Amino acid sequence: MEQQTVKCEVKNLNLWYGDNHALKDVSMDIYDKSITAFIGPSGCGKSTFLKTLNRMNDLVPNVKIEGTVLLDGEDIFSPKCDPTMLRKKVGMVFQQPNPFPMSIYDNIAYGPRIHGIKKKAQLDEIVETSLKGAAIFDEVKDRLKKSALGLSGGQQQRLCIARALAVQPELLLMDEPTSALDPISTMKIEELMEELKKNYAIAIVTHNMQQAARVADRTAFFLVGEMVEIGDTETIFARPADKRTEDYITGRFG
Amino acid sequence: MKVKSSNPAVAPSGKTTILGVNQSRKAIERTATIIFFVCGIVAILAVAAITIYLIASGAPALGKVGILDILFGTVWSPTADDPSFGIAYLILASIFGTALAICIGVPIGLLAAVFLAEIANTKVANIVRPCVELLAGIPSVVYGLLGAIILCPLMYDIEAAIFANDPNHQMTGGKNLISAILVLAIMILPTVINVSESSLRAVPQNYRASSLALGASKIQTIFKVTIPAAKSGILTGVVLGIGRALGEAMAVVMVCGNVANVPFPFNSVRFLTTGIVSEMSYSSGLHREVLFTIGLVLFVFIMIINVLVNVVLKKGVEKE
Amino acid sequence: MSTQTAVALHNNLSNDFSILKKKKRTSDMVLRVLIIICAFIAVALIAGIIIYVVIRGVPVLIANPNFIIGQRSFLQGTYGILPNIINTLYIIVITLLIATPLGVGSAIFLNEYAKPGKLVKIIEFTTETLSGIPSILFGLFGMVFFGNVCGMGTSILCGCLTLTLMILPTITRTAQEALKTVPLSYRSGALGIGATKWYMIRTVILPSSIGGIATGVILAIGRIVGESAALIFTAGSGSNMVSDFFGHTMQSGATLTVEMYLRYTANNDTDNAFGIALVLIVLVLIINICAGLVRNRFAKKTSAEG
Repeated sequence: MEQQTVKCEVKNLNLWYGDNHALKDVSMDIYDKSITAFIGPSGCGKSTFLKTLNRMNDLVPNVKIEGTVLLDGEDIFSPKCDPTMLRKKVGMVFQQPNPFPMSIYDNIAYGPRIHGIKKKAQLDEIVETSLKGAAIFDEVKDRLKKSALGLSGGQQQRLCIARALAVQPELLLMDEPTSALDPISTMKIEELMEELKKNYAIAIVTHNMQQAARVADRTAFFLVGEMVEIGDTETIFARPADKRTEDYITGRFG
Repeated sequence: MKVKSSNPAVAPSGKTTILGVNQSRKAIERTATIIFFVCGIVAILAVAAITIYLIASGAPALGKVGILDILFGTVWSPTADDPSFGIAYLILASIFGTALAICIGVPIGLLAAVFLAEIANTKVANIVRPCVELLAGIPSVVYGLLGAIILCPLMYDIEAAIFANDPNHQMTGGKNLISAILVLAIMILPTVINVSESSLRAVPQNYRASSLALGASKIQTIFKVTIPAAKSGILTGVVLGIGRALGEAMAVVMVCGNVANVPFPFNSVRFLTTGIVSEMSYSSGLHREVLFTIGLVLFVFIMIINVLVNVVLKKGVEKE
Repeated sequence: MSTQTAVALHNNLSNDFSILKKKKRTSDMVLRVLIIICAFIAVALIAGIIIYVVIRGVPVLIANPNFIIGQRSFLQGTYGILPNIINTLYIIVITLLIATPLGVGSAIFLNEYAKPGKLVKIIEFTTETLSGIPSILFGLFGMVFFGNVCGMGTSILCGCLTLTLMILPTITRTAQEALKTVPLSYRSGALGIGATKWYMIRTVILPSSIGGIATGVILAIGRIVGESAALIFTAGSGSNMVSDFFGHTMQSGATLTVEMYLRYTANNDTDNAFGIALVLIVLVLIINICAGLVRNRFAKKTSAEG
């Protein structure tokens, strides 16, 4: 395997919601141009961890975070860090598709407009390439001015991926992106992820182990706020180092 | 490191930095936060200012005339050579008037709410509900005018029949306590109906289902299960109705006769509110200050009711 | 309970236990009739009021074709309410221009910026209090504070500022309810691509809640049109035509309701009072219909989105 560059480096990350110690001393590297999956039973902290990477946890009251997260060597918790720039660079796709109540076009153009792109021609181009990048362009090209809420759930989720791509992120976070979708839409999104990883670093939270096994290059297993182990997906699923990982993967709990 | 991609615009643009806060954007955010904060505290400032100014303009007369003389004095003759500023009858009229208006308005309002929430089908409810909303929207002066033109002559007929041989009774032309109470009862109807209806609707459906499943009739279910379950909401409606009745000025002043008498049904009476409305325009000096004192007394009553509403509401919420 | 009585009770119940026999309880019948009567009272009242005002008001408007578009003149002996209509419009527009941003801003602060705690509780309590204060007390306060302390005297502007405080709770509350219906996922979606909070509010939150805000504004218009006690000592009783567009705000001006009150009480002019009452009721009807339309459209839109 070729030498991989580290996109995001997490060191001794601890997080508390009030008194609840939700993440305990998590350290890991997320590589560029690959998919890293986070698995584990519900409430294990995998989603919390994901949201820390673009500081969406800042919005939760009473949250306390310790440790460092370096993105391309820059500390995201530094007081000099602009969270809006961070979130431009680290895109996010949510569990429930959440298009805005606007036209498909305006949904995609929303991000570029925030970041100062006003010219119609430029926006048109971004909208088209983003929709193509999310493999939904052909389905919606004739109704770009129609409300995004008229799309099916799977289309909405791909629209949200396109919306995230439109601000040219470098790391894409996906929080159980297919859990609200039917199998066919899920398959389309998984194919899309394979395509996207050629250009982006992707981190995905999933509660579906088969999904992790299908799409991820590396997999991390979380349990009650701890990251138990991380490694190549094949290794984790075939020869887990930790007994707890093995128990979870073989279906003893969770 | 070059990226090969069929979609160059989608590809990452290379390394962008996340450091360095955009100063102008930050300034806009700060300004927005401050502006919204100011909007938020306007309500606090307003209530504080109203409280302060009502006390500042109403309290001095209490000292000059004497608290007891004002609150418990029964003679109101502010413009006499030896003026007297007793507002006891005004307070009593406000209390009696409000209480009786509630006694008439609440049962009617509650049953009308039961009709809307439990009995009427959607079609009928869609006719009745706009009527209630319209009733709420009609200006109080219109109620006053209608009361004065329709109700008062009726009252005068009754009065003339009852007191025909009573030389001690001063004829009022029908502008009396009863007219005021009826107008108030009508005016609080929409408040009581709206609040009661929404609290009846908030009662979980399974309460009704389990009562019906025990063989209770629909009406029994309504009176034994649904209304008790909606009690706190209905009570809130009643208290809000009290507030409305107590504070109503323009409609009442047109039908109550506006003389500071003992609040007997067929007497012309003066309420706290009507005392202010009828004399503010020509009052001066101490007289004017006492009118502000009346305002202060009314304010104290209303604040008590506000606190009551808050307590009742909170209790209701906690129970749920 | 002994077995015997239980059996006896069971027998008692069973005596008349045919499900085919429809049992009628007299108390049920009486209560049902009472309920229907009470609902009918509400409908009859509004129908009676409208019919009576129409009967008394329409002849006035027919007899005086210039009732709505004319003005009062003692010399020519004419009467018309155009100045009062204009005063009412002035007061509606100015009051809303001040109160809408304040009320919506307050709702945004409560819903989007403030952390739950003491401050929010105090703001919500004072907003509640403000909505419970009778308009006559707003009138007193406005007369002292805006009129005397701020030196506006008896003027339309003084009335507008007084009414601003009065309708602020209506707008704040409806706006707050509208903001609460905006799904959280819109917020995380916008923030997740790097929108700042204000940008998110401006582009996603406010457009999604515009229907609720509009309903609040229409309700507020209804309150302004119907208000009299808070205006009579603040905006006064003037009935002059506008001579100076902006200067008019510093003049005393009676709205339709105040003018109606004065017609009856000070001038004993019942006929013209009913003419104005008719105009007022038509206005209230229009406002209520608008509010209903906006609300329905808004409800449909949100349910389609949900």
